[in-house]
Amino acid sequence: MRRLAELQSSFDAALRGGPLPAGLTARDPAEAERRFNVYRNNVVVSLTEALAMRFPVVQRLVGEAFFRQMARVYVELDRPKTPVLTQWGDGFPAFLAGFPPLLDYPYMADVARIEYQRGVAFHAADHEPATPDLFANADPADLVLALHPSVCVLALAHAAVAIWASNQPGALPGAIVHGPETALIFRDRFFNVPVKAIAAGDAAMIAALSDGRPLLEAAQLAQAADPAHDAGRLLAEFMAAGLILNAEISTCRP
Amino acid sequence: MPQLPASVGVGFKPQHFIDITQDPGKVGFFEVHAENYMGAGGLPHAQLTALRADYALSVHGVGLSIGGTRGLDPDHLARLRQLCERYQPESFSEHLAWSSHDTGFLNDLLPLPYTDESLNVICAHVDQVQEALGRRMLLENPSTYVIFEQSTIAEVDFLAEVARRTGCGLLLDVNNVFVSATNHGFDPCAYIDSFPLQHVGEIHLGGHVVEELPSGPLLIDAHSSEVADPVWSLFADVVSRCGAIPTLVEWDNDVPCWSVLADEAARAARILHAPEKRHAQAG
Repeated sequence: MRRLAELQSSFDAALRGGPLPAGLTARDPAEAERRFNVYRNNVVVSLTEALAMRFPVVQRLVGEAFFRQMARVYVELDRPKTPVLTQWGDGFPAFLAGFPPLLDYPYMADVARIEYQRGVAFHAADHEPATPDLFANADPADLVLALHPSVCVLALAHAAVAIWASNQPGALPGAIVHGPETALIFRDRFFNVPVKAIAAGDAAMIAALSDGRPLLEAAQLAQAADPAHDAGRLLAEFMAAGLILNAEISTCRP
Repeated sequence: MPQLPASVGVGFKPQHFIDITQDPGKVGFFEVHAENYMGAGGLPHAQLTALRADYALSVHGVGLSIGGTRGLDPDHLARLRQLCERYQPESFSEHLAWSSHDTGFLNDLLPLPYTDESLNVICAHVDQVQEALGRRMLLENPSTYVIFEQSTIAEVDFLAEVARRTGCGLLLDVNNVFVSATNHGFDPCAYIDSFPLQHVGEIHLGGHVVEELPSGPLLIDAHSSEVADPVWSLFADVVSRCGAIPTLVEWDNDVPCWSVLADEAARAARILHAPEKRHAQAG
């Protein structure tokens, strides 16, 4: 297997711009490089397209030509580790944060974090949502709710939710927002994956529920973060979206 | 195990889902790329479950790297097994190619020299796949753009030997035959003449793009357009030799609306069933 392995190593190096492997030729050997370029191009273009599908708002913000040049750099630095490309791109936000031409656009990495997480939510496992019976006869002090695995809260340094929203198809330009935002991302019953900016109370309650705290304690933690927080409203929104699962009623952890 | 119907299928594209449900029965089966259905849940699985209920299904892998020298990725093989167990497809197929190396997944079907060494690698991997999945797989002939001086075995002989040693079936991509034949200057009809047609379990048709180079055209297997006329002719030639075989129209890039794809499938179906008509008239 040694010779084939060596050939594949030199083929791979040639894909990155190295010399053609020994023995690789074409009907006219003078055209070998030109014909080999089909493979070089296929690798970069197909991975660039996969990246553009995952990060459409980043592409829209930087422009397609810039995105393609940037993707060429990223593809060399962070090849997919598996053939499941939906799992690829987790390193892209950090790459954007450190990409020198984007230093004046510090929000770009946060936009990418939203887009990567939307993909995660889109492919998250399916679970049967709870019916309102779950709350019948339940004591909120003991009721532990299981959240849908698509639910994710991202703390963002920039107003990336507003930027993401104003770059959706058909969106009207909104007021420019500054400062940090907290994003809530989930998949609803109809497979939509919305992105919402949430306040400190919602963030605290979702964090507590995700942490396995009983409903009453989660609501209290939310109220501590925001005295005006309405736990019933958040619960109703989560029930409507199917984000609360058929969970077992368990007692409060000691 | 149930077989794909001897009719024409198309590669499933999610953007066609509603049209397919509103305009059913236009195709005999659907084929999906395995790697697009390896997430845990969500819309892809909901759509595939609904399609599967009404149609025969072919799962077509594009990332197993059967020609790779680093061994098959056991995690990926497990994902394929899980997918096949969940959907019980009538067919599973992969490529005579490699796509992963030390540096990661390259997302392209890369060519191999055909030698005793590569034959052993491919056969061991096909055995491993068939054992892991508990089923016979089909191995597809590639489109290639370069030639290896190291090759000592003709591609058709190589494929025949893999089928003989492993018991796998073959997927004959007629567009790939035409692309490689044009790129390397051999006669596609001669290739079909010597192809072990008795092992063919499925045919692929797809579009290619053409670039002119000084020594002759460079054809690229882009799956971004309709099937070219010479490929239709070659397909008719194959059908006249071996009768109706499950046939897939692939259109993966610049995907057209459903009616255009369904028309392309209908064109393939007229060719696929033409010999039966002739036989019937003769009889």
